[in-house]
Amino acid sequence: MRQDHLISATQLSRADIEAVLDRAAEIDGDPAAWGDAHDRAVLGLCFFEPSTRTKMSFDTAIKRLGGTTTDMGSVDSSSVKKGESLADTVRVVEGYADALVLRHPSEGAAKMAAEFVDVPVINAGDGAGQHPSQTLLDLYTIRENVGLDDLSIGIMGDLKYGRTVHSLAEALTNFDVRQHFISPESLRLPRGVRFDLHQSGAQVREHTELDGVLPDLDVLYVTRIQRERFPDETEYEKVAGEYQIDTGTLEAAKDDLAVMHPLPRVDEIDPGVDTTDHATYFEQAHNGVPVRMALLDYLLSEEGDQ
Amino acid sequence: MSDHELRVSKIRNGTVIDHVSGGHALNVLSILGIDGSEGLGVSVVMNVPSDRLGRKDVVKVEDRELSQSEVDVISLIAPEATINIIREFEVVQKNRVDRPETVVGLLSCPNRNCITNENEPVETNFTVVDDDVRCTYCSTIIRDSLADHIDPE
Repeated sequence: MRQDHLISATQLSRADIEAVLDRAAEIDGDPAAWGDAHDRAVLGLCFFEPSTRTKMSFDTAIKRLGGTTTDMGSVDSSSVKKGESLADTVRVVEGYADALVLRHPSEGAAKMAAEFVDVPVINAGDGAGQHPSQTLLDLYTIRENVGLDDLSIGIMGDLKYGRTVHSLAEALTNFDVRQHFISPESLRLPRGVRFDLHQSGAQVREHTELDGVLPDLDVLYVTRIQRERFPDETEYEKVAGEYQIDTGTLEAAKDDLAVMHPLPRVDEIDPGVDTTDHATYFEQAHNGVPVRMALLDYLLSEEGDQ
Repeated sequence: MSDHELRVSKIRNGTVIDHVSGGHALNVLSILGIDGSEGLGVSVVMNVPSDRLGRKDVVKVEDRELSQSEVDVISLIAPEATINIIREFEVVQKNRVDRPETVVGLLSCPNRNCITNENEPVETNFTVVDDDVRCTYCSTIIRDSLADHIDPE
């Protein structure tokens, strides 16, 4: 099948995911063979919020497919500063590009943008909503390390506002995965995501502490708890400290537990973990390029029958 | 309600929305986009005794026959409502309201960070899920007091 846009992980079937991951593996095995797959294709980068990994990996991905980028630049240096609407901005950039990558601070921004343009739109993060291309590289990393069926995944940290969490949790419902959500009460999954998980019949448990569930996990996906989510500093310090891991924490884990993180991390994973076999987060970040190459190949493909 | 208890007279032509949950008549008018400026005769009766609801509201709109799709959205706040189409003082059609599948441009999303609350050329769009409605843009679910989210525009 062919997707016109990638807006939310909820639109992805198991077949869609596996097709992209298989293609990513193919690309990973022989990147040079894809050097002119999308010769002269132009990818429009519209980032209304800062980004390092997502933006750079999309930039690299299209270039390794033979294409190039056109970049809106920062909000401060663009027409957005003059009050241009998002709907107008994407309609203008559509004229310069074959596909758009959009990051925006408002939930639903990518869905709305997709309604105004004909070229494929990839949601690279919409507020506290979704980040589905991150999910594809997360799934690729999980599959490479521990496989994607019959496993237990712990997802910890800011589950309420974490867009990578929302997309990952919803995509995982396509697989035989037991999902454990570990967070402070105030940062539990939002109602909409819990509803989707419930509707899909996913095996889900919620916890406020990591200790009890850690020994069962095959993957621990850690996310950053942001200071600005808390009304005062003391409350933040108290909560954040409970969701940090170090080598001591991981003594109770399985030997082959994969620790993942969408990055950037601040202090939720101690640097001491980096040199252990558990550390999978840099590999995860590197996977951004082949997975995004595979995704772009899908969306830019003219066959229309994939 | 018997005739001698009638608080407003029968209408000749138009629509009577009966069995509206007590206190919701003005929300019904808001949902229908009727604010009086259209020049239609509108009568509102609020909190009168009802065998079925305890207290109910009744809305009468003269010289306008509301379509089923127009009134279905009323079911979100008044699921027991009945719609009577009146011609020459007679009820010619009596319908219950059905749950619509979507509600477009009527409710505002309570998530202030939703794109529909930005200055963008987009209407709100909610899908109806069981007893709730869900924003198709940001996935926020409104579970209670829908009337609080009716956009007066």
